[in-house]
Amino acid sequence: MNTIHAALVTLFIAIGTFFLLVGTIGLIRLPDVYNRMHATSKATTLGATSLFLAGTIYFAPSAPGGAGLTSLVGIVFLFMTVPTGAHVISQAAERMGIEFAGDAVWPDTGESRPESPDESDE
Amino acid sequence: MSVATELPGFLSLAITVGLVVASGVTLLAGYRVIFGPTTPDRVVGLDTIATNVVAIAILFALQTDDGFFIDVSLVLAIIGFISTIAVARYVSEGDIIE
Repeated sequence: MNTIHAALVTLFIAIGTFFLLVGTIGLIRLPDVYNRMHATSKATTLGATSLFLAGTIYFAPSAPGGAGLTSLVGIVFLFMTVPTGAHVISQAAERMGIEFAGDAVWPDTGESRPESPDESDE
Repeated sequence: MSVATELPGFLSLAITVGLVVASGVTLLAGYRVIFGPTTPDRVVGLDTIATNVVAIAILFALQTDDGFFIDVSLVLAIIGFISTIAVARYVSEGDIIE
């Protein structure tokens, strides 16, 4: 493993670790569930994706065992599933009637609490 | 299970620091799971923990120079996604498969 190869892997590990840290700080510090999933679903996805890229570079895509290609599959999988999961959680939070923090309001009602589940069914 | 010997020093240092930070943020996300005031907060915390464990598995694959742990991380990502969808549907719809 030569120095440039190792430096690239180190760069992607540093980026990925930074985004994981930022995402988790957002999860802890932000005021309500919508803001928290806004922080985690983007920052944590970028962090894990960057670490998968580090894995692709470390194990070259043509390596025996296919670890590099598996990393690329993991990137595609994360980019498909994490936004879906965040969307489903936010939909569940809206159905449960979780309020916004601060003075943010829902566009239709002008209230911080979503409509009652009877009215907003689908 | 031993650290690969031919790695340059700064790379193995970066992998170790990355493992420590990823483990630390996983523990911090546990705060939101335990105290987080509503159920969706806990689901978001568990989702974050799942993604962080994926990152830990990748870093462990790099540290041990064993590509098999990349497969482990992919399986962990699949399990985290399915469990998030299942819990979100359970708390909003009341059942998982209608």
